[in-house]
Amino acid sequence: MVDAYVPPVVITVIWAFIGIICPFFARGPNRGVTQCCIMLTAVTCWLFWLCCYLTQMNPLIGPKLSMNEIMIMAREWGNEIKDTMDVEA
Amino acid sequence: MGDMFRSEKMALVQLYVQPEAAYASIAELGEMGCVQFRDLNDQVNAFQRRYVSEVRRCDEMERRVRYIEGQLRKDDIKMPHLSAEQEPAAPNPREIIDLEAQLEKTENELHEMSSNSASLNANFRHMQELKSVLENTEGFFSSQEIMNLDSNRPMESDDPAALQSAAQRGQLSFVAGVIKLERFFSFERMLWRISRGNIFLRRNDISGLCEDDEAGHPVLKTVFVAFFQGEQLKQRIKKVCVGYHAEVYPCPSSAAERADMIKDVNMRIEDLKMVINQSADHRNRVLSTAAKHLARWTIMVKKMKAIYHTLNYFNPDVTGKCLIGEGWVPVRDLPTVQQALARGAKISESSIPAFMNVISTNEQPPTFTRTNKFTSGFQNLIDSYGMASYREVNPALYTCITFPFLFAVMFGDMGHALVLIAFAAFLIIKERQLASIKEEIFTIFFGGRYIILLMGLFSLYTGLIYNDVFSKSINIFGSGWQNQYNTSTVIDHSTPYLTMRPKISNFKTYPVGVDPIWQLADNKIIFLNTFKMKLSIIFGVFHMIFGVCMSVVNFIHYKKYASIILEFVPQVLFLLLLFGYMVFMMFFKWATYNDNSTDQSLSPGCAPSILILFINMMLFGHQEPLDGCKEYMFEGQDMIQTVFVIVAVICIPWMLLGKPLYIKATRPKQLPAPNHAAAPSGGHGHGHGDNEPMSEVYIQQAIHTIEYVLSTISHTASYLRLWALSLAHAQLSEVLWNMVFSNGFGFSDYTGCIAVFIVFGAWSVLTVGILVLIEGLSAFLHTLRLHWVEFMSKFYEGAGYAFAPFSFKQVLEDGGEN
Repeated sequence: MVDAYVPPVVITVIWAFIGIICPFFARGPNRGVTQCCIMLTAVTCWLFWLCCYLTQMNPLIGPKLSMNEIMIMAREWGNEIKDTMDVEA
Repeated sequence: MGDMFRSEKMALVQLYVQPEAAYASIAELGEMGCVQFRDLNDQVNAFQRRYVSEVRRCDEMERRVRYIEGQLRKDDIKMPHLSAEQEPAAPNPREIIDLEAQLEKTENELHEMSSNSASLNANFRHMQELKSVLENTEGFFSSQEIMNLDSNRPMESDDPAALQSAAQRGQLSFVAGVIKLERFFSFERMLWRISRGNIFLRRNDISGLCEDDEAGHPVLKTVFVAFFQGEQLKQRIKKVCVGYHAEVYPCPSSAAERADMIKDVNMRIEDLKMVINQSADHRNRVLSTAAKHLARWTIMVKKMKAIYHTLNYFNPDVTGKCLIGEGWVPVRDLPTVQQALARGAKISESSIPAFMNVISTNEQPPTFTRTNKFTSGFQNLIDSYGMASYREVNPALYTCITFPFLFAVMFGDMGHALVLIAFAAFLIIKERQLASIKEEIFTIFFGGRYIILLMGLFSLYTGLIYNDVFSKSINIFGSGWQNQYNTSTVIDHSTPYLTMRPKISNFKTYPVGVDPIWQLADNKIIFLNTFKMKLSIIFGVFHMIFGVCMSVVNFIHYKKYASIILEFVPQVLFLLLLFGYMVFMMFFKWATYNDNSTDQSLSPGCAPSILILFINMMLFGHQEPLDGCKEYMFEGQDMIQTVFVIVAVICIPWMLLGKPLYIKATRPKQLPAPNHAAAPSGGHGHGHGDNEPMSEVYIQQAIHTIEYVLSTISHTASYLRLWALSLAHAQLSEVLWNMVFSNGFGFSDYTGCIAVFIVFGAWSVLTVGILVLIEGLSAFLHTLRLHWVEFMSKFYEGAGYAFAPFSFKQVLEDGGEN
C-alpha cells in the first residue's frame, strides 16, 4: 500500500522538472519565448492539479448513489457488498 | 525573452540616395520590408510630385493588364498561380520599357481581334438570314403566275411596247426580309394601314433561335414577304421596314435563280465559318501566351507603382543631387538596410553609395514586435484590443499560455479536446496548401490554427483533471471510495439513495483528477461547484496579481520609480490583503477541515463558509457559530483580519493622494523647463504634461483609484465565469449523452447495431456543432474578455500605433484583396 503522500510528491516533482529544469534546454531563435511558455505551462498546470487534489484530500461530503450504481461498482470495481460491516454506517 | 517581452527599439533614419540609384535602392528595401517611410511631401499636391509621370505610366500599364485579365476571364482561360519563390523582382528601367511595349502590343492585338470578330459575326448573321429568306420563300413563288407578276424580274427585251403592257397589267412587286417575331404583328398592322389594305403579307417562322443581334441574346425571327403594287408603296414599305429594324434581302422569284443564290450563299457561309474559326484560334493563342506571363506582369507593375509612390515621399535636397527620405527602422534591422542600399547602388552602377543617418527624436516611434507563425496569432489578439505603446511590456508573451489555459478551464472535456486537436492538426499539417484559400471565415480559423491547437492540448489536460470524456469518467488509478453498507441496507427498496460518509468510505485521494465515482453520484454538482468556484477565484486572483506586477516593469522602463511606491505598492497590497487572504482561507479550509478529525470544531459540519467569513471581515461583523463549532478557522484570525482590513483601507487614500501630492511637490522646480521631464515618457498615454492644472491631476487620480478599488471586487467575481461555463459545458455534454446517445442502447442484437449507428450520427453532429463549435466560440470570447479587461486593465496602456513597413509582400497581398 503506497503511502498517502507519494502521489502528490511525484506529480509535484514532475511539474517542477518541467518548469525548472526543462527551460535550460530550450534552443533556437525563440529561446526566450519557449522558456517562458514552458514555465507558465508548468505553473498553471501544477496549480490546477493541486486545487483538484486538495479538494478531494479532505472531502466534506460523500457521493450519493442509487442501489443500481452500488451494485455496478461492486461488480466492476471489485467492491464487494458484504453481509455485515465492521464499521457502523 | 528578448523578442516578445517588449516591442523592439526603433530608430528614425534619414536616407540620402542618388536619383539614379533611388529606384533600385527602394526596390531592395521593398523586398526586405523593414522601413516605414514618412511622407515628407504631404503639403504637396499629388500632381506636383516629382515622379508623377512615372506613376501615370504605371497606371496605364495597370489598366492594360486589367484589360488583358478581363479578356482572359471572358474566355475562361486560367492563369497559373505563382508561388512566393517565383515572384519576379521589380523591373529595372530597361525591363520597364520592354514590359510597356509588350503590354501595348498585346492590348492592341486584342482590340483588333475583338472588332474583327464582331464584324465577322455580323456578316455571318446576315448570311444566315439571307439563306433562311431564300429557303423559306419556296412556297411563295411556286406558280408561274406570280413569276409573271414579278415586276423586279428583268425584262427580256427593252421593247417599249412590252414595258407599257407590263405596267398596264398591274404587276405585283414584293419585298422579302427578316424581322423579329415579336415585332411582326405590329409590323403587319402598320403595313396594312399604310397600304390601306392593299398588301399581301406572308410569313414563315425560322425554326430555332437566331444568333444574337443588338439585343445580345438569341431571339425568334420570322421571314416575311410582302406583295404590293406600285412604286410609291414600295418606298413606304421600305421605310417601315427600316423603322421596325427588319432586314430586307434581295430575293429572286424564279426557282433556278434562287437555287443558284442559295448555293452561292452556302459557299460564302462556309468560307466565313472557316475565317471565324481561324480568328478564334488566333485569339486563343494570343491569350494563352499572355496568360503565361500575365501573373508576372501584374506583380512587376504593382511593385513598380509602389516604388514610385514611395519615391514621391522623398524630398529632393537643395542642390538637387540627391533625394532625402525619412523612415522608421527597427534598430536590429539597421545593418540589413545598409546592405540593401549597397545592393541598390551596385545594381544601378551609381558612383556614390547611398547614405543612412540615424537621427534622434522625441516623437513616439511605431510599435513593432517580431513574431513567428506561432506567436503572431496571440499578438493579433492583443493588438485587436489596442496597439501597445512604444516599448511597453507585451502581454502577448504570457497570453500564449494563459489564453489556452483559461479556455481549457471552461472547456475541459477530453473527447471534445481531441476534436479540436484533430482540426488544428489538419490545418497545421496542410499549412502550405491551405494558405492560398481566400474565403474570409476560413482565413480566420486558419490564422488561429496554433491557438486552436494549444487550446485543444490544454483542454485535454483539464479534461483529464475534470475526468470528463464526453460526459463519462475514466478510472485509471482505482476509485478512492468504497461502499461500506451491508447487503440488506443496499437492497432495501425504501431508501432510493445511499450517501457515503467520507470517514468510512474514503480510503485514498484519487491522484490525478476528480474521482470517477463522482460521475455516478447524484450530488455530483454540489461537490463540483465548490471545487470549481474556488478554482476560479484562485486563478483569478493570481492572474490579477500578475497583471498588477507587470505595471512595475513598465514603471521601471519609463523611469517613473516614484510610481512604484505611490501606485504599485498600495494596489498590490489592497489586492493581496483582501483577495489574496481569501485565497489563503480557501487553501486553509481545504487542508484543515476533514471528516476524520477528532476535534469537533474541525468536522465538516462546522466548516465555515468562506464567503460569509469574507463579508464579516469587511463589515467587522460576527456570526454565531453552531454548537461545538468555532467562528474562526485558526487562532488570531480575528486580529489578523482587522489588521488586514485597516491596512487595505489605508491603501485607498494612499492611491488617491500619493501621486498628485508627489507631482505637486516636484512641480515648481520644473516650471522653467517644461519639456525636460516629458522626454523619457514620450509615449505615455495619459500625457501628463507639466502644464496640466493640479485639479486635473487630482480628478484623474480619483478616477483611477475608484476604478481600481471597484475592479478588485468586480473582476474577482468576473472570474467565476470559469466555473459557470465549465458547468454548462459538462451539463450539456451529459444531456446529449443521456437524451440522445442512450436511446440507441435500448435495442438489442442487430437492430441495436443499426440503431446505435444512426443515433451516433445525430449525437456526433450535435456534439461538434453545439459543444465544440458554439461552446468553443463562447469560451474563446469569455477568455478574450478576461484577458482584455480583467488582466490588461491593471497595467496596459495601448496607446501606440502599428509599424507598417514598406514591403512588397504587403503590397501584393493588399492588391490581391482588391
